[in-house]
Amino acid sequence: MLNSLTLILCCQLAGEFTVKATGITAPGPVIGMIFLLIILLIKGSVQEDLETTANSLLSNLSLLFVPAGVGLMLHFQLIGKEWLPITISLIISTILTIAVTGLMMVWLTNNNLDETTNKHKTDNKKESSN
Amino acid sequence: MNEFSEIWVYLRASPLMHLTLTLVAYQIGNWIYKKTNLNPLFNPVLIAMIIIVPILLISKTSYIDYFQGAQFVHFLLGPATVALAIPLYQQFEKVKQSAFAISVSVLTGSLTAMLSAIYIGKLLNSSTTALISLAPKSTTTPVAMGITEQLGGLPSLTAILVIVTGILGAMIGPLILNFLGIKNKKARGLAIGTASHGIGTARAYQINKTAGTFAGLAMGINALATALLLPLIWQWLF
Repeated sequence: MLNSLTLILCCQLAGEFTVKATGITAPGPVIGMIFLLIILLIKGSVQEDLETTANSLLSNLSLLFVPAGVGLMLHFQLIGKEWLPITISLIISTILTIAVTGLMMVWLTNNNLDETTNKHKTDNKKESSN
Repeated sequence: MNEFSEIWVYLRASPLMHLTLTLVAYQIGNWIYKKTNLNPLFNPVLIAMIIIVPILLISKTSYIDYFQGAQFVHFLLGPATVALAIPLYQQFEKVKQSAFAISVSVLTGSLTAMLSAIYIGKLLNSSTTALISLAPKSTTTPVAMGITEQLGGLPSLTAILVIVTGILGAMIGPLILNFLGIKNKKARGLAIGTASHGIGTARAYQINKTAGTFAGLAMGINALATALLLPLIWQWLF
């Protein structure tokens, strides 16, 4: 638990540092996530301890948005003024995103010969490490 | 009586009370969410906000005072974002053979989500602050809030817009896909996950395991794509 948490915090710190040092425009924790992903890809497996720690952080992920969400009480004025354009663009944009992503995947899958369909039952995790 | 008010003054100044309030309100929200069979309309975060905001307004507590306690929860957003690498890696291992189709589809969807939100908002005369806060709405909340903060928007507004987008996508996603005649479970999962992140993914898992896995993967790729591309698009547009 402590090892894994340290690894996660180190990745985040390295991410924050990279953002400040290079001027990359991306949130530090996201760069930290890329670092951790690279480490996992090199290692080729996830340690059980790391998986447990990540699960305990992610299983209650929604709780972590509550403090920021409550901050909405500071912006009632802006929302009162702009709720209509925000709502309209949110709805149309969501519909477009679903349609475009779905159609693109269907189109690419139909044009791809080595794509085997209806193999949904292959849940057995093939360990490709080593 | 005097003693009680002294205790109240003491507690109001300590972080313990608002930290506890945050956890209790969320637990109530989660309990209701589970009682309603995970109906996306009864989102636990929304319920927690509906409980906490009036309490703060009635007790005349400022957001800064509330945040003294809530910051301990808020801090975990960073490590949680880093930890998203683990499910992303595990899901990617399962779907290696269709990596190209998945990446292209999600990237196209991700660009659609950002650009359509920005352009429609602009067309309707939204303020720049609202536009920044709206642009990453299809991305998972911790990442979306990070992006908004960096570009000078309002992370708290983003948090709620992301949740609303998630609820909307989870509800209408299957209907749109049926209307378009898309039956492929992988495509359905990707579409819902790209548009409506974790809330959509939870919904996709309820429908089908394959769809759920692909939705989770789409959520991860979309988070990365939005975090890297949106700041560039924003600089280019404004």
